[in-house]
Amino acid sequence: MSLEARVRARAGSLALDADVRAAAGETVVLVGPNGAGKTTLLRVLAGLLPLSAGRVTLDGEVLEDPAARRRLPPERRSIGFVFQDYVLFPHLSVLDNVAFGLRARGCSKDQARAEAQEWLERMGIASYASERPRVLSGGQAQKVALARALATRPRLLLLDEPLAALDAGARAEVRRELKASLGRFDGVRLVVTHDPVEAMALADRVLVLEDGKVAQEGTPSELSAHPRSSYIAELVGLNLWRGRGLGDRVRLDSGGEMLVSHAPVGEVYAALHPRAVSLYRRPAEGSPRNVWSGRIAGLEGEGGRVRVRVEGSIPVVAEVTPAAVAELSLIEGEEIWVSIKATEVSVYPA
Amino acid sequence: MRRPPRALVLLAALAASFFAVPLAALAWRAPWASLPEVLTTEVVGSALRISLVSSLAASALSAFLGLPLAWVLARVPFPGRSVLRALVTLPLVLPPVVGGVALLLALGRLGLVGRALESFFGVTLFGTLPGVIVAETFVAMPFLVLTVEGALKGLDPRYEDAAATLGASRGLVFWKITLPLAAPSVAAGAVLAWARALGEFGATITFAGNLPGETQTMPIAVYTALLRDVDAAIVLSLVLVAVSLLVLVTLRERWAPQA
Amino acid sequence: MAPARRSLGRDAAALLGLAVALSACGGEGGGGGGQSEASRVTVFAASSLTQAFEAMAEELEEDSPGTSIRFNFGSSSDLATQLEQGARADVYASADEANMIRVMDADLVEGEPSVFVKNKLEIIVSAGNPEGIRSLEDLENSELVLSLCNEECPAGKYAAEALDKAGVNVEPDSLETEVKAVVTRLQVGEADAGIVYASDVASAEGEVEGVPIPAADNVIATYPIAQLTDAESAAGEFVDFALSKRGRAILEEHGFLVP
Repeated sequence: MSLEARVRARAGSLALDADVRAAAGETVVLVGPNGAGKTTLLRVLAGLLPLSAGRVTLDGEVLEDPAARRRLPPERRSIGFVFQDYVLFPHLSVLDNVAFGLRARGCSKDQARAEAQEWLERMGIASYASERPRVLSGGQAQKVALARALATRPRLLLLDEPLAALDAGARAEVRRELKASLGRFDGVRLVVTHDPVEAMALADRVLVLEDGKVAQEGTPSELSAHPRSSYIAELVGLNLWRGRGLGDRVRLDSGGEMLVSHAPVGEVYAALHPRAVSLYRRPAEGSPRNVWSGRIAGLEGEGGRVRVRVEGSIPVVAEVTPAAVAELSLIEGEEIWVSIKATEVSVYPA
Repeated sequence: MRRPPRALVLLAALAASFFAVPLAALAWRAPWASLPEVLTTEVVGSALRISLVSSLAASALSAFLGLPLAWVLARVPFPGRSVLRALVTLPLVLPPVVGGVALLLALGRLGLVGRALESFFGVTLFGTLPGVIVAETFVAMPFLVLTVEGALKGLDPRYEDAAATLGASRGLVFWKITLPLAAPSVAAGAVLAWARALGEFGATITFAGNLPGETQTMPIAVYTALLRDVDAAIVLSLVLVAVSLLVLVTLRERWAPQA
Repeated sequence: MAPARRSLGRDAAALLGLAVALSACGGEGGGGGGQSEASRVTVFAASSLTQAFEAMAEELEEDSPGTSIRFNFGSSSDLATQLEQGARADVYASADEANMIRVMDADLVEGEPSVFVKNKLEIIVSAGNPEGIRSLEDLENSELVLSLCNEECPAGKYAAEALDKAGVNVEPDSLETEVKAVVTRLQVGEADAGIVYASDVASAEGEVEGVPIPAADNVIATYPIAQLTDAESAAGEFVDFALSKRGRAILEEHGFLVP
């Protein structure tokens, strides 16, 4: 079982041009900035938006192929869709929400309800069966939405921002349960998110979508080691520069040079973890290389660390402890000296 | 709850009295002694019956035809949609008498369509209850169409998308999702249309005539009574007001209980 | 909310049931009132004739049990439009000649129309004539609240002619679209004086009074009546009755002049 999709589609000003391949039992996570086309891609796969060109195949069955004038409407694709905010039908009970797909596919009322009841029990929310969706918490609503999508036994499961509607407190718990539920589903799983933690936690493979195109694809560890766009670098928390490798240094496209331990000749990326950036009040003594000055453009606390954004000849983000902030009395707008070690910079071909 | 701002309450009271005072004036001027006598006349009985039957039928017909129209306007993009929308609002701005004349030119026995209606089906609308219903529907349907179209546009289209991905055909989506979600506004639109139909005068008297027992509705009976004596007209107006208040209050309590 | 929505369908059904029941009992009433295979004459008449014609119909129906009369009262021009557009009627009585000519031009008149009634203008004042108005000249007083018809309606046109003949310049405070609206203004005390037909004054006797306008200044409206083409056989009976001695007496009782 597998999904093979060559997607060319337009939605408003967005031109989507992305190839997606996914195998059964695999969770592929689509990440990307707002407006990159993630939701549009899911809608195209579900048949809610037409392809302008390309081809979508699920388990060898062609769902859509404009060249061959073939297009299955959404109701005839074996696809489960968990929408952002879940979109549960407000006028139906929780049980009837889950039974809806089975009823639509011709099951008798009793049989559909019995099966729906089983799904609710499996998800641990059977006690809400006769309630209206509006009384549910975010986590419960997500389970109902998932049960509703899974009840029709789809071969492809699409989840659009399944955790975005939850408050931070509930998120970790629901994410763990979602991962377990996804693990029990044996079809293809495609999840859209803008949250890097969520992406790394759920993904077998990550697909980075930027401006309608696939910017990078790989396992979470590949991605965090070698980001290939500023978006993904920021996502995994790395500094990323693009430039020309010259053996022992990189001439950056944005201006300036950086000494490195080894750089292949040609177009390269240079990545550096913010922890490897040191800040000084005065020019550092000793090693005179890879030192420059800049102005502090922003300070952001995050989990016991402070990220310091420095604008200068080479823009960089440093990560320091709150103690260091106090010691150096770092204040926005002030001048600061930056130093990095050549051995900490990871360089790889672009 | 915090105390509401005084200025708002004052203006609201002013608005409320704007509706209440004319009604009170009618009640004050009414010759109550002659009420039983007027109410039991055959003319009033038949006018009341014609008004209720025709306005309920007009409201039902508005819903039957107006709902699909509202759906098309809200959901199907096509060239000329804004022209069609303007066309639907036309009966709202058109003086009803002009609407009546237009209907006469279209559906009258010698009219554009009326000619065919008569020669093929032997149907004439002038002077008949169906004629009254047609005239009332003409002026009432826009209220339903506009109300329902607004509600459909406000409805998250993803409910319909979700139903489609669950395997529901377009028809099933409409019946099981769109219609139930739009039901409160369909009801509101139908009530508005009914109220408009009940008070309809100009289009009806022009298109269907003023035939007691056949096309003479309450508003037309009020007009005709005004030709005889004002007191009878006031009594009839009060009856019309009482009936509509009764129905509107009942419906509001049943369909919008928390309002 | 939930129970309210569930009952929506039931309410709609109940209303529909009510409509059916009402129309059913209407059918019964209509059938009962129809009596044998009566000849039913439909008369389209100017609204100022309402009371006089209703009284005539009552007598006529008593005299010839096989005949029933039904009326469609409205403005003469609306009625003419309805007739032009194919509305079926047996008799047309217009408040002016212009509209009768329209109907004749449409080849709808059987034979020739006859003038069966005339109407002269009168000054209408409140009961007891508190302003002491004696003549058209008195209407020049700008303190007076004066109500006239606009010149699109025959009564307004004639009033302007009369004022012109008398050499009087007035500033009306309201211009009504219908002569009965002038009467209503006097009845509710919204105007001190107006110019209407003598028959209108007679119809509101007790609440208003008429001040005669001398023949030299007065304008006489003529009302033609005609049997229409393809009329019921009894249509002639009504026309004849309107022209008969008894008919004229009834018309005179209601303030009309007879030729």
